[in-house]
Parts: sequence; structure tokens; C-alpha cells
Amino acid sequence: MDSCNCIEPQWPPDDLLMKYQYISDFFIALAYFSIPLELIYFVKKSAVFPYRWVLVQFGAFIVLCGATHLINLWTFTMHSRTVAMVMTTAKVFTAVVSCVTALMLVHIIPDLLSVKTRELFLKNKAAELDREMGLIRTQEETGRHVRMLTHEIRSTLDRHTILKTTLVELGRTLALEECALWMPTRTGLELQLSYTLHQQNPVGYTVPIHHPMINQVFSSSHVVKISPNCPVARIRPAGKYMPGEVVAVRVPLLHLSNFQINDWPELSTKRYALMVLMLPSDSARQWHVHELELVEVVADQVAVALSHAAILEESMRARDLLMEQNVALDLARREAETAIRARNDFLAVMNHEMRTPMHAIIALSSLLQETELTPEQRLMVETILKSSNLLATLINDVLDLSRLEDGSLQLDLGTFNLYAVFREVLNLIKPIASVKKLHVSLNMAPELPEYAIGDEKRLMQTILNVVGNAVKFSKDGSILISAFVAKAELLRDSRTPEFFPVPGDNHFYLRVQVKDSGIGVSPQDIPKLFTKFAQTQSTAIRNSGGSGLGLAICKRFVNLMEGHIWIESEGLGKGCTAIFMVKLGIPERLNESKLAFMPKVPPNLGPAAFPGLKVLVMDENGVSRMVTKGLLVHLGCDVTMVSSSEECLRVVSHEHKVVFMDVCVSGMDGYEIAIRIQEKFTKRHERPIIVALTGNTDKVTKEKLMRVGMGGLILKPVSLDKMRSVLSDLLEHRVLFEAV
Amino acid sequence: MEVGQMQRRLVDYTKTLFMEGFLDAQFLQLQQLQDENNPDFVVEVVSLFFDDSEKLLNNLSMALDQPNVDFKKVDAHVHQLKGSSSSIGAQRVKNACIAFRNFCEEQNIDATLRCLQQVKHEYYLVKNKLETLLRLEQQIVAAGGSIPMIDMGF
Repeated sequence: MDSCNCIEPQWPPDDLLMKYQYISDFFIALAYFSIPLELIYFVKKSAVFPYRWVLVQFGAFIVLCGATHLINLWTFTMHSRTVAMVMTTAKVFTAVVSCVTALMLVHIIPDLLSVKTRELFLKNKAAELDREMGLIRTQEETGRHVRMLTHEIRSTLDRHTILKTTLVELGRTLALEECALWMPTRTGLELQLSYTLHQQNPVGYTVPIHHPMINQVFSSSHVVKISPNCPVARIRPAGKYMPGEVVAVRVPLLHLSNFQINDWPELSTKRYALMVLMLPSDSARQWHVHELELVEVVADQVAVALSHAAILEESMRARDLLMEQNVALDLARREAETAIRARNDFLAVMNHEMRTPMHAIIALSSLLQETELTPEQRLMVETILKSSNLLATLINDVLDLSRLEDGSLQLDLGTFNLYAVFREVLNLIKPIASVKKLHVSLNMAPELPEYAIGDEKRLMQTILNVVGNAVKFSKDGSILISAFVAKAELLRDSRTPEFFPVPGDNHFYLRVQVKDSGIGVSPQDIPKLFTKFAQTQSTAIRNSGGSGLGLAICKRFVNLMEGHIWIESEGLGKGCTAIFMVKLGIPERLNESKLAFMPKVPPNLGPAAFPGLKVLVMDENGVSRMVTKGLLVHLGCDVTMVSSSEECLRVVSHEHKVVFMDVCVSGMDGYEIAIRIQEKFTKRHERPIIVALTGNTDKVTKEKLMRVGMGGLILKPVSLDKMRSVLSDLLEHRVLFEAV
Repeated sequence: MEVGQMQRRLVDYTKTLFMEGFLDAQFLQLQQLQDENNPDFVVEVVSLFFDDSEKLLNNLSMALDQPNVDFKKVDAHVHQLKGSSSSIGAQRVKNACIAFRNFCEEQNIDATLRCLQQVKHEYYLVKNKLETLLRLEQQIVAAGGSIPMIDMGF
């Protein structure tokens, strides 16, 4: 072949070039084969790749390309037709696949690109969520802080701890530089620095309360930002360049009376404390809304906690006061009891001590009476006797007054001659009245019954006292005593509204009026007359002496007799009238006739008054037993003696009508024996009357005896007459109660 | 000495006993109980009183001699003595017993010993007086007279 000059001559294949081509083809093939392998490997590993089919296509394309290049290796040298055929087939396939792939890629590449956009979007979203999360976490922390703070505050009831804790916790939570609490002073005109976070001893630094900024804070229930130049905010050390922001909030100081059920007090609280919070200087921090809310909540909690603490303090103080009072009352009560006991002991002793000399006087005067006396001497001795009897009665009554006070006095009811009582009083008073040249007259209404049932002794004492007063306080003139039955209309007296006597069939109201023309009583002194020991101031009365006890005793007697006593007077110098009404019983017809023969105190009936009466005497003391036996034997009784309770129970039989039992022996419970005796005899008429002999007549003993069912009580030592009258009373009435 | 004089002496002596407080009205009661049916009542009672009191006083001395004094027992004895003396009308003995009982309550050993001495003293005094009285009465009866009855009006 000839080569032309215009075209480069075909050169025979160079060996070196051939070799390079050969190697490159080989490597290309290698690469082409390994790329899909890598792809498949990694795709297999990932699992999310959505475009597998594309991958397959791509893989096929690459493999075929590789195959082509590989087959190319054989075409450098002379090759057979088969190789050419294979090469052609490979190339054709490769072409087909590549075109398909290219077409496919047109669809896919935009998709792949958009994935990237989405990824960016998601990343932004995630960042945003992160930020919000951060915020929420902060808020929740704050909330936790508030709860913890509240818990701290409410876990103590000590005011100081509450406030200190508040400041400390707030400071920590909000990272404050300074936190302070200003409390209003007592006068309410200034705010005093009470607690701070960092300065250990706030020294009574005060600020007047009527500062516009302070007013602004007080009038709002929210946290208010205030200027760092405000006087309340100037407490931190100077020298900081840029003071941090300051807020203040009011803390209402609530009182008990401020708590309303439905709404928190808004305007009724006048007192506020001020809490000031300062952010650190030079920090460029700002107050966040949630922080302000936190502060408000805390302020409210503090207010509540403080008021709780205040209430608690109050109630503790009240309780301490009550305890003190209790102790004092207890002491007073014990002292009163001691005093009462002392008085009772004193009275019990005096009771005895006073009676003894009286008895001696009476005894000796009686003795004297029996001796030879001239008539004047006899008269004198009689007067002595009468006076000493009266004195004995008086002593009894002074002692009765104490019993009256306890309410333990009981009336000695009995039938007596009403007219005789008044006559006796008149006889007693006539001598003194005639000395004073006073005229005494007695007017008894005809419808008054001759006999009445009541306490003769005390009625006479009352009348005597009233008449005696009339005589005492009159220098001249006359005294008029009138007695009549109180009529129904007159019973309801306008002057005595609390007294409502009710007339009935077996009782009547005796009304006695004693009118005198003496010095009288001024109206304002009238209520005092009946007070024990009280005397009116007039000198005339003071000169007359008297202990002031009389009317008080009378009043009590009259009250016991279900009556009423009062004094009327028109004034000083105009005389006065004493009026009293008492309830007396009307004796039955039968008794009237009996009474004619048997007056209350039987005369000397002679020794054998109770012939053959079987009695049992129980007394541990030999001498006393013998004396009692002697008494009873003298009265004609048939006496059995026993000296112990067992013996008594053994010996007592239905024949014994009366059992005299000494109950003031220690070690033997007479009351128990009484009960046992009563149990022994079930039928009432077989039961003996049990009478206690004792030296003790106080109320407690009497009640005990009554409860046990004793028939009566006799005070030792027993006299003959006493024993006689006791027995006659017992046998007549089957019950006595007390013979003193 | 004739009966009338002896009787007057008796009455005077009795009066002084009353005035000096050795006896009180109770003794007169005892005398009242003495009659034809019971001619020696007073003597019997008085002798019983003497015996009883001697015993009680001995017991008291023993009880108070103990290292640990049982005040309850002492009180019981004194109570008995008080009862006896008041039944017979021995007033001063009875008063001494009352004081004795108060100190017993307080459990005051020194005071009770003193009281015991006091009671003994009073007892021996009254014993003496009563014995004299009874002797006078016996003399009157032996001389054929009767003991003057003192009648009380209260």
C-alpha cells in the first residue's frame, strides 16, 4: 500500500503505545468491575437506599463497559471473528444499557437533590426544638425552685427562718446579687431594713414609706421594676459600674381578721413589707417574665407563711396565758379549800370548846338554884340561867350560820304554840323596852291558829331579833308587833317580785310586822342590812354596838322557812317597819288534842318511861357502853350489850326494837353493820330502829347515815333527858333525825 | 362529923371539881342514873374507867417506846381513852386526849410524848379526886345518910 502525502501515513502499531493502551484498558476494566461491587456492597449494608433498580441498571452499565474494555484487550492483536462478534455484542448491550440509564438518571437526580433540601430543613427544625426544649427545661427548673422554696418557707413556723430562707433560696434560684426585705415599723411611717442576703447585720436603716416609687410598688400586686437609684435599692456597696436591674414586690402582712373566704384581701390590708431583688451588676442580664412570675408567687407564699407564723404565735401566747391562769385558779381553789377546811376544823373545835363552858355555867347555875337562896338571889340566878340559855342558843346559832352557809342546816320541825312564842318574845323584850321607856304592843290576828308546825326555836329567834332591832334603834316612842295570816292577794307583793308564795291546805303563811318609831334607815342602805357584818355608817348605830349578824341569820332562817323578809323605811328619822312572812304547817285536828297532854319537851316522866323495851347497845369502849346501858336501864329498858360488830349481828333479833350503835370507832364500820342488820330483817316491822351514837355531827356523817337507813343520830355525851326524848320520838315517829 | 356536915362537904367538893374543870355535866348524868335499883352505878363505872385507863396508858407508853412508832395504833388507844373519859365526864383528861390526837395526826413524836405525860398527869389527878369523892360518899352512906342528889335543870 502506498500512503499519500496529504494524510498521515498509517503507521504500523507501535509496541510501546500498544502496551500502554493494553495496561490502561486492563485497569479500566478492573475499575469498571470493582465499582459496582463496591456499590452493591455498600448498598447492601445501608438498607434505606430506595433506588435499587437504578443501581442495578447502573451496575449493568458499568459491568458492560468494563466487559467492553476487557474484550478490547483482545482486539489489539490479530483476532478471530468470534472475538469480534463478542466485542460487538458487548458494545451493543453496553450502548443499550447506557442509554436507558441516562434516561433514568434524568428522573432520579432531581429527587436526590431534593433530599438534601429536606435534610437542611429538618436540621433547622431540630435546632429550633432544641431551643424550645431548653426554655421549657428552664421554666420547669424554676417551677421546681418555687415549689422547693415554698416548701422551705412553709415547713417552718418561725418568722425569722421563713424570711431568711426566702431570701437565700430566691438569691440562689435567680442568681441575685442582693435581696432585701423591708418591714414597716410600728408607727407605719417608715420601712426598716430587716433582712438582707449578704450583709449579715442590717442595722436599722430606715426609709420613709411615702416615697412615690414605694407607693407605686404597694399599689400594684405585680412585680414592679424600679430604678437602682431608689433609696430601697441603694443598699449594696457602691463602686459598681453598671448596677443590675432591680425589681420590687409588695408582701402583704395579713392579720387574722383579713381572711375572707372568697377573695383575698385587696384593700383591707394596710401593711405591706417590701421585697427588693437585684440582679448582679455588669452582667447585662435582664429580668425574664418567668422570673418575675416566680417572684410574685414567692411573695404571696411568704405572706401566707408569715401570717401563719403570726397566728401560731398568738395561739401559743393565748395557751400560755390560759395555762398560767389555770395554775393560778388551781392554786386559788386549793387555797379556798384549805381555808374552808381550816374554818370547818376551827368550828368543829370551837363547837366543842364553846359548848363545854356553857354547860358548866348552866350546870352550876342549876346547882346554885337548888341551894338555899334569898329571893333576890334566886331571881338573879334565874336570870343568869335564862341568859346563859340564850347565850348557848346564840353560840349554837353562830355555829349554825356556818352550817347555813354550807346549806347543811335543817329546820327542827315540830308542833308548837304560836301564841306562846310571841308571848315569850314579849316577856323577854319588855324589861329592856321599859328601861328605854318604849311602849311595846302585840296584836295577834284572831284567825291565827293556836298551834303550828315549824321550827319554834328559830322562829322565836327571828322574831326576837327583829323586835330587838326595833328596840335597839329606837330612842323613844312605841313598837307595834302585829301577826296575821297572809292573805292570797297580799301574798303577791309588788315589792317582792321574786317571792311567789302559794297557799295550800296544810300550810299557811304567817306575816309578822314590827313597826318602830326610831331612827329609820335611808333607802340606799336597805339592801345592805341583810348582808353579814355590814353596818351602815350612821354614828348612832355604831354606838349601839352589835355584830351585824342578826339580820343575816334571820334572812337565812326565813329563807329556809320558804319565806321572805324585808324592811321598809321612809328615811332617816322616820322609823322603820320590818316585815317577814314564813310558811308554817297546820297541824291536824288529832294532834291538837294530843298536844294538850304532851307538849314538846316531856316533863320528868319518872324513871320507868319505857318499861321492858328491848334494846341493843353496841360500843367498843367499855366505859361508854356502861354509861349508855346505865342510862337505858334507868329509863326502864331491857338492855343487851355487845362490844363488836360480829357479836351485834349474831345477837340482834326481831325482839330488839332499837339498836344503839357507836359509829365513831375506828376500824369498825358502823354503817356496814347497819346495812347488814337491815338485810337480816326483810320485813320492815321486824327491823329494829338503828340509832347512831357519835361525837361528830357534820354534814358528811349525817348524809352517810341517812343513806344507810339509820333511824337517827345522837351526839355524845348523852344526857338522861336527851335519851328519854330520843326514845319517845323514835317510838312515836320511827324516825328522829338528830338529837344534839 | 355528922351527916349533914359531911353532905355539905361533899357538895362543896363536887362544886370545886366542877369549877376547876375536872368534871363536867356528864358526871352529873352518871349520878342521876344511880338509884335504888342501881345503887353502885357510879362506883362501878368509875372503877371500870380506872381499869380501862390504866391499861390504855400502859399500852400507850409501850407503843410510844417503840423505835418505829405506829401512830395509827397510838391514835386508836387515845381515841378509846377520849371516849371513856368523855363518857364519865373527866373533862381535863378528855381535852388532853383531844390535843394528843392532833399531834398523832401530825406524827410528831416529841409532842406526843409530852401529851402522854400530860394525859397521865391529868388522869392521876382526876383519879385522886374521884377516889376522894367516892370515899366521902361511902362515909356518908356508912353514917346512915343519903348521897345528896344534884338535879340539873337543863
